[in-house]
Amino acid sequence: MGKAMKAFRGGIAAPHNKHTENCATEAMGVPARIIIPMVQHIGAPCAPLVQKGDRVTVGQKIGDNDAFISSPIHASASGTVADVRPILYAGGVEVVSVEIETDGAQETCPDIRPPATDRESLIKAIRESGIVGLGGAGFPTAVKLSPPADKKIDILVLNGAECEPYITSDYREMMENPGGIIEGARIIMELAKIPRALIGIEANKPEAIRLLTDTVKDDPAIDVVTLRTRYPQGGEKQLIYATTGRRVPAGGLPSDIGVLVQNTTTASFIAGFVKTGMPLIKKKVTVDGSAMATPKNVEVLIGTPLKDVFEFCGGFREEPVKIIMGGPMMGVAQFSLDNTVIKQTNALLALGAREVALKPEIVCIKCGRCVSACPMGLLPLYLNACMERGLFERMADDYHVSDCIECGCCSYVCPSARRLVQSIRYGKAELRKLAAKKK
Amino acid sequence: MELKTGILIAGSSPHLRSDATARRIMLDVLIALVPATAAAVYFFGVRAALVIAVTTAASVLAEFVSNKIMKKPITIGDLSAAVTGLLLAFNLPPGIPLWVAAIGGVFAIVVAKQLFGGLGMNFINPALAARAFLMASWPVFMTTWTTPMVDAVSSATPLAIIKSAEAAGATPPSIAQLFLGNVAGCLGETSALAILVGAAYLVVRRVITLETPLAFIGTVAAMTWVLGGKGLFSGDVPYHLFAGGLMLGAFFMATDYPTSPITWKGKIIFGVGCGLLTSVIRLYGGYPEGVCYSILLMNLAVPIIDKFTVPKSFGGA
Repeated sequence: MGKAMKAFRGGIAAPHNKHTENCATEAMGVPARIIIPMVQHIGAPCAPLVQKGDRVTVGQKIGDNDAFISSPIHASASGTVADVRPILYAGGVEVVSVEIETDGAQETCPDIRPPATDRESLIKAIRESGIVGLGGAGFPTAVKLSPPADKKIDILVLNGAECEPYITSDYREMMENPGGIIEGARIIMELAKIPRALIGIEANKPEAIRLLTDTVKDDPAIDVVTLRTRYPQGGEKQLIYATTGRRVPAGGLPSDIGVLVQNTTTASFIAGFVKTGMPLIKKKVTVDGSAMATPKNVEVLIGTPLKDVFEFCGGFREEPVKIIMGGPMMGVAQFSLDNTVIKQTNALLALGAREVALKPEIVCIKCGRCVSACPMGLLPLYLNACMERGLFERMADDYHVSDCIECGCCSYVCPSARRLVQSIRYGKAELRKLAAKKK
Repeated sequence: MELKTGILIAGSSPHLRSDATARRIMLDVLIALVPATAAAVYFFGVRAALVIAVTTAASVLAEFVSNKIMKKPITIGDLSAAVTGLLLAFNLPPGIPLWVAAIGGVFAIVVAKQLFGGLGMNFINPALAARAFLMASWPVFMTTWTTPMVDAVSSATPLAIIKSAEAAGATPPSIAQLFLGNVAGCLGETSALAILVGAAYLVVRRVITLETPLAFIGTVAAMTWVLGGKGLFSGDVPYHLFAGGLMLGAFFMATDYPTSPITWKGKIIFGVGCGLLTSVIRLYGGYPEGVCYSILLMNLAVPIIDKFTVPKSFGGA
């Protein structure tokens, strides 16, 4: 077991709230209706391959796109396509979605079989499996496994930091399937020709550290690294710095410094996929938050409406005012319980009024707490000030706005409750508009 | 099962926030000033308590009236006006006429703070601006010192004793006296110990960081050691550190948020600048004490320091 190489600067001691760490994953049944959006990844949206009235089976591909950066989408339940229509999601965009009336039979698609294991076919099969980065970003995994020839990757970093408050779904995967994670790591190492792997886990998960260390004790190529418990330790750049001591250059990618990062759960999925050939159709999801009756870890079919998941966990004990998909620091607030679990969903949080009470925003007192908390070395207060004055180009030219990872530390610590991350996002969007205009 | 939700808020992340507030920070500063307040009252008696009460009340009242006149929300609840008032009292001699003290409080809030937009918008430290204003307007009141524990006996401050011929013949107090505060001076200039106890509280509560104070004090120590004696490298460093307003200035005034730089590099530059100016004024200037003016001058340099100390981002070239 290794100690972290470096501690990133900044960050916050966020509350852990890992209430569900000892809740073994419970499998949820098949809901009556499943709604599967055709965008669940970074990259080109999929086009639906089925129409209203078609019968679908578990694991059948129902959406795809030929673009290099994209990821196909599969039916998670057997049944009949009830509708294919655009639905408005929390990002504010309408996405074409396939609605399936399930029959409960969970008949498996006859095409499902374990993939061939030579390098080329396996990478192709991994693309076909629909796997994307399960840490939350949703970048298609197969793309990462085939880096450009001029980028020599020598370290695989598996992300088991799980630094967001509440979420324990990766932790449960580490506890319940440590062998799968290590097997997946070995497959990735072989495919991308990487000699060494480091598994980064925050120090507040000693059981997982012990279990995984034990699992790799005879493998000199893989080590477990204990990370300082500090948010955002699981941020890609922070994680790489902590495990390898290398810094991803601003505007660059991990592959620029010879590193490939995968989430632990992504790795274990790949191991399972190689055995069974079953594409990504279900997710471990932590269901928690101050408004939840019985917080749980649940295995959910992708496309399950949020309200079915919350009902499975005993409903609300108070009226939630925010429903978050993901963690409370970076997750996306949902406006409807009819929206559904997607590939990257690792948590569903129902937060009560007291927990998310917004203090009134007052003027910046220039206390500098946002500056100390920023793990990217930015000056959030000045980014905010530029945004308020409409000086978007200064946000980029003087204050490096594009380096912001939107982790939320600045807003978290701000005593004046300034909407710092929000203003940075707004500035980034305005800059994109300006860039588009120039073209 | 019926799942009842409130109106779902689809706001931007993060969805959790710490419980820090500006009011809590100001409250911490007030708490940190309790030892110094107690020391001032102990050494200078009821008179000190009166000065403190008058400047604080004048500042808070001035904030309230300014808010009313400008039709803005009432901001006395954030406690920043109370902090300004208290800090101003610490910059005044105990014998100051109370009406002068009151004018100081009004000047600090109205001219130095509210006219520039209120909390967070002032570019110079309001309490120090008021002190400079009073110094220029009523120099005699501002430099009439009394010996602690003895009513109405005039005396010279330690820095004046070691500096000027006017006080020749007077023996400067011992270092122990300086440290504990049994010397003539402004309310907050006397007891270095009381200031340091409060400063430690602010550091523990993470209200202030140590870059500015250490750079400030370190620079004064180095300068006065090298240049403060009869020959080079023979200055009386402890004397310069514990006499006058250095401790108060370094920990409570130079760390004022809106009027000091935002990055650690900027804070060090700021602290060194304050230290250089303080030493030059003390050793070569017309005044015995230079902490106030040095901080005010460096306040003016903050925008330019901030402009040239924007850090590299993580991984940035």
